[in-house]
Amino acid sequence: MRKPVREIRGVMAVMPIANINTDAIIPSVWLRTATADMGKGLFGRQRYDEEGRENPDFILNRPAFRETKILLADENFGCGSSREAAVWALVQFGIGCVLAPSFADIFYENAFRNGLIAGVIEPATYQVLKAAAAAHEGSPDFRVDLPSTSVVAPDGRAYPFAIPTSRALALMRGDDEIAITLQHAQVIEDHYQVARTTSDWLFPAALERSTAR
Amino acid sequence: MTRIRAAPGFAMTAEAAPSTVFDKIWNAHLIERLDDGRDLVFVDRHVLQETTSAVAFAGLKRTGRSVRHPELTIATQDHIISTAPGRDEESYPGGRELLTLMRANAFASRIKHFGVDDPRQGIVHVIAPELGFALPGSILACGDSHTSTVGGLGALGIGVGTSEVEHVLATQTLALTRPRNMRVRFEGKLGAGITAKDLILRAMGELGVAGGRGCAVEYAGSAIASLPVEARLTICNMSIELGARLGLIAPDEATFAYVKGREFAPTGEAFERAVASWRKLRSDEGAPFERDILIDCATIAPQVTWGTTPEHVAGVGERVPDPASLSDAKRREGVAQALNYMGLEPGMPLAGIPIDVAFIGSCTNSRLSDLEAAAQVVKGRKIAPGVRGLVVPGSMSVKREAEARGLHEVFRAAGFEWREAGCSMCVSINDDVVAPGARCIATSNRNFENRQGPRSRTHLASPVTVAAAALAGHITDVREGLAA
Repeated sequence: MRKPVREIRGVMAVMPIANINTDAIIPSVWLRTATADMGKGLFGRQRYDEEGRENPDFILNRPAFRETKILLADENFGCGSSREAAVWALVQFGIGCVLAPSFADIFYENAFRNGLIAGVIEPATYQVLKAAAAAHEGSPDFRVDLPSTSVVAPDGRAYPFAIPTSRALALMRGDDEIAITLQHAQVIEDHYQVARTTSDWLFPAALERSTAR
Repeated sequence: MTRIRAAPGFAMTAEAAPSTVFDKIWNAHLIERLDDGRDLVFVDRHVLQETTSAVAFAGLKRTGRSVRHPELTIATQDHIISTAPGRDEESYPGGRELLTLMRANAFASRIKHFGVDDPRQGIVHVIAPELGFALPGSILACGDSHTSTVGGLGALGIGVGTSEVEHVLATQTLALTRPRNMRVRFEGKLGAGITAKDLILRAMGELGVAGGRGCAVEYAGSAIASLPVEARLTICNMSIELGARLGLIAPDEATFAYVKGREFAPTGEAFERAVASWRKLRSDEGAPFERDILIDCATIAPQVTWGTTPEHVAGVGERVPDPASLSDAKRREGVAQALNYMGLEPGMPLAGIPIDVAFIGSCTNSRLSDLEAAAQVVKGRKIAPGVRGLVVPGSMSVKREAEARGLHEVFRAAGFEWREAGCSMCVSINDDVVAPGARCIATSNRNFENRQGPRSRTHLASPVTVAAAALAGHITDVREGLAA
């Protein structure tokens, strides 16, 4: 079981950039160990200079945005490398929701597996949310509400985002995807057994032999 | 629960509606449609590498689960391993933790591990086809976005994150949103000096980095049919840079000949049965593609990227764009920012931009044919003073074959480093990095900011274009050297 998610409340930061790639979200230097604090590496090349000092201009270093919980970005967020550490870095930093007009496929899947809400918004909504973020800069009262699939600004105005209902429910229940798939173990096994007969070439002896050691 | 059940094998293509190669393979692997609309598909092959699997094994341990089909899984060490000549697992100390975990986890789960001490070690996407592990008509998953490479054999290569690696280990399946069908047709004859890399970079320029999002892209057309299998792997490799879920090319006689006799390929009568199945993997006349793009190859020049995303690409004879001439504000800003990062002047010619490093390697362009083509350009010449040149074979098998043909002598005589197999200066997670502010022309696949090291500047190009640039010391049209 993962921790169920229903609501994210806090500061919303805007990175008005398209095609933010996962190399930028978590540079490879933070991927050399299985146990790093990925939150420290989030947007590492932009957050720090080469000596490791904070770049005061980068949005997440500005006083109002150090506790960012919601990130608003432009289209195709999370493109490039499949590294799930991009999601781990966002989550470990404290961000619980990314809103963007579109997401790259692998990042989108990775997000759900880690309880990160990836909300798809209309381009028009992106523009008005940008304005709302500017109007309430640094306010801790932005709220992403999963049951109603809306973002509520501090002034109470609500803006819709899209998320498949089944996936929103899975986030709210804290589903473990593997446990759910294992409920289908018998049909998976049936499929495998049939494939072994109909497509025996897929399972050559050389593969099976070499597992013995 | 509504269950849509499909029988494995491609027999079900007898259905009336015309279907694509992608549909045929997907349907043969569909276990059932899940309540949330996703498809649960069987994964025939799974390839592990050290940087995206450690956390997955930790997850299995925590939940008390085991690897369902270790015999359908292989592991290697490619990302963080040193590529220094004579290297071993300890040569790059920063890699020790993940390399040791890969070896130990594979051993404990009875997974074949082709580590740095094994003659089969290499980049995941190079060794999977090379070993006959990836097969036409199969679904192969790997915790790396460039898994689409194996589409060059007519396989569905699905790049996944670490949670999905754990999911495949535990269940041998993936729950996926079914990709939509898209086709990119390359028609016409390629000019001299034009390679598969130029074709896919051109497609990037035309379609952009989100052009294929959510799609399975079939590459087709006369130019694709005439490409050797290794070049097809290059094309499919960069599908992820188009934003696509995967890319593939219908297998043909060249594919069957490529697969035959490889270590894990079917043999004897099973191979004949396989070929009979693989022959059905053609997109039927009238099969529906949501998007169908035509690219004329006759007009394609050698391609070189000038910016910080693969869609920032142009012919080597062209100029980098001038942001002032762009009407779209967002694009103007993006181009200006890219040029600033790259240290280039608006409107300057691409040819003549001086380079500091030339890198030939990566899962995109590190196979024997890539090295042979580059060696042809380099033979008997010297790289320009001050330029560091690296050749990093994609696998130890490629390295051995190249050495048998004397290619290492050609590269070394020209002043290139001849290194051991690995991802090297493509992902730069080991010590193969480009210095801050330095400019590298590379055969790899990503030119993102800081990709090859802090403040590194990357130009993507084909092996022959990179070789020509190394000799000249600046970006140059490889065709001029060929004519001479």
